[in-house]
Amino acid sequence: MKSTMVADPLRLFDCSPITDGAAAVIVAPLDRAREFTDTPIKVLASAQASDTITLHDRRDISTLDATVAAGQKAFRMAKLTHKDIDMVEVHDCFSIAEICAIEDLGFCRKGTAGKFTADGETALGGKIPVNTSGGLKACGHPVGATGIKQVYEIVKQIRNDAGKRQIDGADIGMTHNVGGTGATAVVHILRRA
Amino acid sequence: MSVARFWRKIPQRYNMIGTKCETCHRHFFPPRSFCPDCRRNGRIVDHKFAGFGTIITYTVIHTANEQFEAFTPYVLAIVKLDEGPRMTAQVVCRPDEVKIGMRVKSVFRRIATDGESGIIHYGTKFVPTG
Repeated sequence: MKSTMVADPLRLFDCSPITDGAAAVIVAPLDRAREFTDTPIKVLASAQASDTITLHDRRDISTLDATVAAGQKAFRMAKLTHKDIDMVEVHDCFSIAEICAIEDLGFCRKGTAGKFTADGETALGGKIPVNTSGGLKACGHPVGATGIKQVYEIVKQIRNDAGKRQIDGADIGMTHNVGGTGATAVVHILRRA
Repeated sequence: MSVARFWRKIPQRYNMIGTKCETCHRHFFPPRSFCPDCRRNGRIVDHKFAGFGTIITYTVIHTANEQFEAFTPYVLAIVKLDEGPRMTAQVVCRPDEVKIGMRVKSVFRRIATDGESGIIHYGTKFVPTG
């Protein structure tokens, strides 16, 4: 809370560090997946939405409409609701971005995600664990690799392979990746096949 | 032609010249040559903006990249022009003076420098009207 001020009120530790990094997934037709792994993961939804690139042309600066649209689309594709999701990796490029994402994806009403987070509901053992990987801020933000790194974390969780940060009974996970300060948002829902 | 001379030929770079649609009266800055609402029925003409607007939101930049370092801390705001369009621009005032809803007007100012011997970038900033 005392780190260097960057853009008021965001301080250095509110901002994700741009890092080097790499991540990969192997995508295969579901009926052939067991040729490659004993623990395949099914993609229940893959949704994308876009918005203006300029911040000043947006409807509301505390909502990413692309996230709202991609989230709703993903829930429809997967035929699931928020209650079915066990964990989510959100695009927390800044501390406020995590708060907005939790609200925009529908896990909280607008304006309540701050308290929800402070109350521990997004921690391990909370209602909806958010960013068990550490997210962009604590794990790093290797820009192009971040989206796949989120999928990696959800896969680890679903496979019960996440070690100390394992969520009990992790079955269905969501990832939320953003590009161009919210001009693009991509949401995935994954489950054990 | 030097870069600076080329820039002077861009109407919206140093002057607040945008466009408006005479069919629906929507204004555009930077200029658009096509009205996304009226489409083929739109009639686009140049429009010189009065330069007055209201601050929608702002931040105070304390850590900037090299080009803007000389100005820190400075106010960066989203300004809604009276004619409608919004802009992102610096507001020339003390960081503790700026408020949401503050009235501002556009001014021609130095925006950034490309190092000691590089090109100086000029453009639009805003100042409080009060």
